Amino acid sequence: MSLRIEPPILIGLVFIALILATGTAYTMVTQGTATFISPPYLLQQLHFGAFLGITAAGMMMVILLGHIDLSVPWTLAASAMVGTAVGGVAGDFTALGVGLAVGLINGIGVAVLRVPSMIFTLGVNTVLLGLMVMLTGGFAPQNAATPLMTFLGSLRTYGVPHSVVVWALVSASLIFVLNRTPLGRYMYAIGNEEAAAYLSGVRTRLVIIAAFMICSLCAAVAGLCLAGYSARAFQAMGDQYLLPSIAAVVLGGTNILGGQGKYSGTVVGVVLIVLLQSMLSVMQMDEAYRQMIYGAVIILMLLIYSRGRAQTA
Amino acid sequence: MKTLRLILTQNLGLILAVVLFVALYSIYVALHPNWGLNVVLQNGNETLALIFVGMAQTMAVLVGGLDLSVGPLMTLTNCFGSHVMAGTGGSVVAGVVACLALGSACGCLNGCIIVYGRIQPIIATLATGAIYIGLALLLRPTPGGAIDGDLAWAFTNDINELGMTYGWWGDLGLFGKIPAQPIFLALVVVLVWAPFKRSATGRGAYAIGSNAHAAYMSGVRIDRSKIAAFTLAGFFAACAGVYLTMQMGSGNADAPQAAEYTLRSIATVVIGGTSLYGGSGGVIGTIFGALVLRSISFIFRVVPGDSTFGFVASPLLQPFFEGLILLFAVSLGAARVFRVRNRLSLFT
Repeated sequence: MSLRIEPPILIGLVFIALILATGTAYTMVTQGTATFISPPYLLQQLHFGAFLGITAAGMMMVILLGHIDLSVPWTLAASAMVGTAVGGVAGDFTALGVGLAVGLINGIGVAVLRVPSMIFTLGVNTVLLGLMVMLTGGFAPQNAATPLMTFLGSLRTYGVPHSVVVWALVSASLIFVLNRTPLGRYMYAIGNEEAAAYLSGVRTRLVIIAAFMICSLCAAVAGLCLAGYSARAFQAMGDQYLLPSIAAVVLGGTNILGGQGKYSGTVVGVVLIVLLQSMLSVMQMDEAYRQMIYGAVIILMLLIYSRGRAQTA
Repeated sequence: MKTLRLILTQNLGLILAVVLFVALYSIYVALHPNWGLNVVLQNGNETLALIFVGMAQTMAVLVGGLDLSVGPLMTLTNCFGSHVMAGTGGSVVAGVVACLALGSACGCLNGCIIVYGRIQPIIATLATGAIYIGLALLLRPTPGGAIDGDLAWAFTNDINELGMTYGWWGDLGLFGKIPAQPIFLALVVVLVWAPFKRSATGRGAYAIGSNAHAAYMSGVRIDRSKIAAFTLAGFFAACAGVYLTMQMGSGNADAPQAAEYTLRSIATVVIGGTSLYGGSGGVIGTIFGALVLRSISFIFRVVPGDSTFGFVASPLLQPFFEGLILLFAVSLGAARVFRVRNRLSLFT
C-alpha cells in the first residue's frame, strides 16, 4: 500500500477546492456570509451526496469489471416502492431482497448468457418500470416510508445525517472487499483481461454475478435512504441518479473499460458532482446554464486526465 | 450456393429483424379494424424520428462506441428548427439546411473530443449531451414556436398532399397515396449512407470497430474515419430533429424525451443486428429494429379487450411487455453460448 495520491484524485480535489472557493466568493459578495463553507451547509451537501454516493459505489463495482448497469434507476425505485408497499420491517427486508434478485438476474444475463451488459440491464430496467406501473396502476399501494427508512434517510444524531453514516459503512465494506479479499482482486483481474483471469482458475461467472448483486444491493440501500428522506417512495425516483453515478465513478479515475480505479476516487467524484450542482443552484443559475457547465466540467476534467496519462505513458 | 449461404450468415441479424418486423406488423394489420394507407401514414409519423435516432446510434456503435448525445442532439435541432424553420419559401429550406449543419457540427465536435481528447465515447457524449440539452433549454425555455402550418402538413403526409399544398403537382392517383416518410428515409439512405459505406472512410469505420489495431496497421486513417462516423451520427440525429419539428410544429426542450430516445436507440441498433462490439451491421438493420420496436406498441393498441389475449391490451402492461420482448430479442443471441466447445472463445 503506497500513500501516493493518484493524479485523477488530486485533480478532483483541486476542482473541489475551486468550487468551494468560487461558491464562497459568490456568497461573500452577494450576502456577505461564507455560507458555502459553513459546517451545517457542508453536512447538508453530504446528506444529498450520500444517496448518489451509495449508488455510485455499487456502479463502480460493475464498471471495474468493464460492464455497466443501466437498470440502477428502476432497481432503486422498485426496491423502495415494493418495500413501502409491504411495509414495516418485512418491507425493509423485501426491498433489499428485490435489489439482490435484480442483481442476480443482471449477473446471469451478463455472465452466463453473455449478453452485453449495456443492453441486458437496459431491458431489465424497462421490465422493472413495467412491473412498477402494474403495481401502482390498478390501485394505490401504501407508499409511506417505513420507520427504518425514515431513520436511515432523514434523521440525524448529533447533527450527523444517518445517510452519511450508511454511506461510510458501505464505503468501508467495499474498500475491504476491493483491497483485502480475493473477490476484489478477481474483479480487477476480470476488468483487465477476462480470458486471463479465467485461465488462472478464477470462476469468472460467479465474480461477475457477485459484482452485479453488490451493485443492485447498493441501489436498493440508496432507495431505502431516499424513500426515508422524501418520506415516501414514488415512480422515477431513481432517474436522476443514473448518469451522475456513472460520471462520478469516471471522474474519480476509474477506467470505464474496467480494471483500473480506486474507491477513494469515486468518493471524490461524488463530492465534486454534488458540490458543483449545489454551487450552481446557490448561484441561481438557469437550468440551461447548469446543464452546460455540468457537461463542460466533466469534459474539461477528463481532458486534463488524458493529457496527464499521455505524458506519463 | 456457397455465396448465398455466406450472404445469409453475414446478414443473419438483419434477416431476423426483417422477419420479426413482417411477423409483428402482419399481426397488427390482421387485428386492426380498418387498416389502410392512412394508418401506415400515421405509423410512419410515429416511427421516423426513432429510425433516424437509431441510425445515428448505429454510426457510433459501428466504430465500437456508444453515443449518449443522440437524443439531446435531436432535441437541440428540434428547438433550433422551431426558430429557423419558421417563415415560408426559401427561408424554410435555409432553416432545414442550418439544422442539418448544426447537427453535423455537434457530431463532429463529439468526434474531435473523442479522437483528440482520447476520452471514451460513452463518457464524452454523456457530457456533450448535457451541454446540448442546456443549449436546447436556452433556445426554448418553454415549449413553443410555430412553423408554417402548410409545411408541417405537407411534409408529414402523403405524396399527393405534398404536391397539392404547394401546387407542384396534382392528384397522382394511387401512386400519390404513398406516404412521404419512406421516401425521405430512402433519400437519406441512398444519398448519405450508401456513399459513406462504399467510401474508404466508411470501410475504415467498419475496420476500426472490428479491430482498431489491425485497422491502424493496415493504414486506415483511424482519426478521420472515427470523426466522420460521429459527424454522420450528428447528421442523422439532426434529421430526426427536423422531422420532429415538422411533425409537432414547435420546439420543446424535453430532457426526459431525449433520454428515452437515446435508450430506445440502443435497443433499435441491437434488434437490427449491429454488434454492440462494433464492426458489423449497418443502418438498414437499425431501420427494421426501430420498426420492430414500434410495431410492438402498435399491436398493444389494437388487441381487442374482450379476446383471450385481451389482458395485454391494458396500457398498464405495455412497458412490461416491451421490456420482456427487448430482453427476449437480445437473449436470442445467447444461443451461441450453449454451442461453444471451448469456453475461451466466449471472451473475445
